[in-house]
Parts: sequence; structure tokens; C-alpha cells
Amino acid sequence: MIVAEQKPIGEILKKLPEVEKLLVLGCDTCVTVCLAGGEKEVKVMCSAIRMADKKIGEVTGFSIERQCDREFFKEIEAVVKESDAILSLACGAGVQMLSDYFEGKLVIPGLNTHFIGSNEGAGYWLERCLGCGDCMLDITGGICPKTRCSKGLMNGPCGGSENGMCEIDPLNTECGWYLIYERLKKLNMLQNMMTNQPPRDWSRAHDGGPRKLLREDIQP
Amino acid sequence: MKNSKAGSRLEKLLDRGEFVVTAELGPPKSVDREVIDSKVEALRDAVDAVNITDNQTAIVRVSSISTGIYVAEKGLEPIFQVTCRDRNRLAIQADLLGACLNGLKNVLCLTGDHQSFGNHPQAKQVYDIDSIQLIKMVKDMRDEKIFQCGEEIRNSKKAEIREPRFLIGAAANPFADPLEWRVNRLEKKVNAGVDFIQTQCIYDMERFEQWMEEVVSRGLHEKVKILAGVTPIRSLGMLRYMRDSVAGVRIPDSVIKRFEDAENAREEGINFCVEQIKRFRKMKGVAGVHIMAIEWENAVRGIVESADLLPRPNGV
Ligand code: SF4
Ligand code: SF4
Repeated sequence: MIVAEQKPIGEILKKLPEVEKLLVLGCDTCVTVCLAGGEKEVKVMCSAIRMADKKIGEVTGFSIERQCDREFFKEIEAVVKESDAILSLACGAGVQMLSDYFEGKLVIPGLNTHFIGSNEGAGYWLERCLGCGDCMLDITGGICPKTRCSKGLMNGPCGGSENGMCEIDPLNTECGWYLIYERLKKLNMLQNMMTNQPPRDWSRAHDGGPRKLLREDIQP
Repeated sequence: MKNSKAGSRLEKLLDRGEFVVTAELGPPKSVDREVIDSKVEALRDAVDAVNITDNQTAIVRVSSISTGIYVAEKGLEPIFQVTCRDRNRLAIQADLLGACLNGLKNVLCLTGDHQSFGNHPQAKQVYDIDSIQLIKMVKDMRDEKIFQCGEEIRNSKKAEIREPRFLIGAAANPFADPLEWRVNRLEKKVNAGVDFIQTQCIYDMERFEQWMEEVVSRGLHEKVKILAGVTPIRSLGMLRYMRDSVAGVRIPDSVIKRFEDAENAREEGINFCVEQIKRFRKMKGVAGVHIMAIEWENAVRGIVESADLLPRPNGV
């Protein structure tokens, strides 16, 4: 899922314009799961804004299934029309989709979108995938070197790997390549690491420009 | 006679089987020529070639290639360093052409310390390629005469091929984790086409000996020249700092104890270094020593002399 986190309330308040009617809009998918922008967070956000000494007339809260999908905007057309600005508690994709759909309506992002990751425990998420467009997890035993290695090395580990930890933060950051090594050993596939991986084709990632995916087979 | 790869002095000495001595010369963090000049004089005739670091520990300094050119004009043979942190394949290949054009002949290919260590932790990292891919790229430019994209190295279709030629070096760390993988990693670099290796600084001689034995048993020492890395210790504080804070450096308790007991840490540092070099000379497969006397270049000549390695042989 997409993992995001609320901006500090001070920053949000500073960004908010002094309008008559503000809509705080949550999203019921990824950011609900990572406790950043679901129904519950919308409620808390609304009261925080009301309590703050801001010249905002009325604060309304609402949440929809997904802000990254046009089909869910229909149901809020009326309430959006009533509001002067929207504070979106969706990921960056949701905020943009919302701004596109309700063009002309001011949309303010309430979250910082961080990464594609997994839920590792209570209040703990981990980055797992950079969306590189060219998955190699079969070679590395299901651990992504592009994401889990601090330098995204294709032929690791580098000389900074110590006690299973990465040189950038030996107390908190595991060495991705150490994990890969241990995993491949269990899979009896260490030989994979002996192959010199060639330079990556970054054109398949964001470096090739903003990406689009158009499935011919499901065009109307 | 064997065809030369780059025709550098370092290459000739290694080919002749001389026990070579290299040292490190860190460029200044400003346009202060005198810093370079005094390091040049400290190292002149004491070593066979000098590594010019590339934004070492991710701190901005005079660039490696331009310092290399400067140092070469003063009569020292540079080994310029290239890390993968700051430049992509376009920039690196352009630099390699430029370095060759300006007469540089040895290059050391490194991954590079993460930018979070340095003075611009907000910088975007590059790592378009990694050190192993870099070695292969430099080798393909030299031997296949092609750029990384596969195009031939010529200015136009009709022009002659003019490829940059370098003796290709890389680093190896026998002490990083996983320990059992370290010789494999060296082998990967050999497969990529490396000519010489300078190791991470060694304090744990037993571990290094084990690593060397495995290197020799696989015959890798015949495919790549290995220079053992040393960093003379100046104080007990420095030793402890290196143990606790420098990634990939392993310092056994016995060495710490030795420095705790020493009356004069600087002298002990030099003695320890000289003993190490004498031991390396007896180890099968060790082709030389790389002395990283960080901001202590003045110590190098004394170390080399006490290790009975002066005068340095003629490079022709
Ligand atoms: S290899 Fe690419 S697609 Fe696969 S997990 Fe890593 S970043 Fe994601
Ligand atoms: S220590 Fe491991 S995770 Fe960190 S940069 Fe090196 S290989 Fe990557």
C-alpha cells in the first residue's frame, strides 16, 4: 500500500486559507490503513481546525472510498460545490485526482506521502518497492535491492555492511544485501549473487518521464 | 612482451613483480594549492603512485581528476578515483575521456560513501551504476572500445577509434559482512575486469591472512594484483573512533590493548604499520601496500623507509 503521514498540524494550519467553508476529505483505502487520512483522522482534523484560532467559518468532514479514482467523486459533488476549499487527507495521487476533477477548487494536501510499503507492526511501516517498472525479486529471493539497499546497488553488499546493518545507520537500518544473502542461502540460490548484474534500464522507471499504463485489452 | 593496458608506471611495476607502494592524497576543501603542494612533496619518491580521493566521505573537495592532472604535472603518478554516488554513466564516461586526454592512466572504481556521511546530506544520490558495473564499463571502453551503450568510441563514422585506456583498480573489504561472501565479491570484481585491488585498512591481520589464503586458493591473485591497505594510527582516540564509527573497519582487542599500553601512540602507530608491511611482503599473493595516512602524509616516507622499501624502483 501507499504509506503516508499527516503533516504537522502547525504546517497544515499555515497552509489553510481563511475561507467561509472548508471541506476535509479523507480516503478510505491505503491512508486509512496507515492511520493517516481515514474517517477517524478526518474527524480529529476537523476538531483541531475548529479549535485553532483560524478565520474559517465552517469545517465539514467527509470521506470517500478512494480519491485516486474518478468514480467516487460523484457522491461528493454537492458538498464540494458548497465548500470554498478542500483539505485532502489522501496520498499525492488522490490530491491530484481531486484537483483535476474539481478544477478551480483550491485543494491543500494534508499528508506527506512516503512510499509503497508494508505494515510491520503497530504503527510501523517499511518501504518495500520503488515502482521501478522492472521487477527482479525472483533473483534476489523476494527482497528488493533497489529499495532495501540505501544505495540501490545491483551487486551488493558494499563494504559498509556490518553485523547485518547498513553503514548509513547501523542501529536502525538493515543492510538490504545482507538480507538478500541470508534469504538466498536459505533458498539454496546463492549462485544468483555471483552473476554480475548489468546496469539498470532506468527508462522504465520515473527517469524515462512520467509513466502511463494503457491496457489495450481493456479499452472500450 | 605482454601488451600494456595503459602503460602506467604502476602497471609496469606490478607486471615486473615489484612490491609496489601507493598512498593517498586527499584534495583540499578549497582552492588551496599549498595543501596539495605540501602533500606532493611529502610523497615524492616515497611511493609509486598516489590515490586522489573523489569527494571523500561525501564532502566537497577539489575534484579527483583535476587534482590528478595537477599532481601529474608535479611529477607524481596519480590514481584518480571515481565513485558512483555523484555522477551517472554519461558524466563518468565523459570524465574518463577527459582524464585520458590529460594523460591520466590509473583509475580506482568505487561505490562511494553514502551522502548522509558528508556535508551535503540533502543531496540527491546517483548510483546509476554500481562499482562492479563501473569496472566493466571502464574495461569495455578500453578493451572492446565501446561506450556503455554499445557504440564505438569514435568521433564520427569515418573517424578512427580512440579509446581511453586505464589500469583499472577497485577496493575490497575483507572485513565487511557477510564475511563468507567477501572473496566472492572480489571474484565478481575480477570477472568484471579489475586489474588491481586496494583493500580497506587492515588491523585484523589474522582475518586478512585467512582472506588472502582463500584468494590464493582460488587463484584470484593471478588475475588481480592485491595491495594491502594500512592506516597508521596516531592516537588511541583515533583507533577507538575507527573501531566504533567507521563502517567496515575491524579492530581486534589485542590491537586496542597494544595501543593502550604504548607510551607514545604515534610511534607505536608507525611501528605497527611497518610490522604489518613486513608481514605482507611474506604473504603469498600480496603485490604491494596502500598507505592511507589520512591528513598525515608526512608519516609515509618514514614508514616506507623503515619497511626497507626505499628507494622506490625506476618506473621505466
Ligand atoms: S525490483 Fe522494482 S518492482 Fe520489484 S520490488 Fe523492487 S522496485 Fe518494486
Ligand atoms: S551497507 Fe548494505 S544496504 Fe547499505 S549501502 Fe551497503 S549494501 Fe546497501
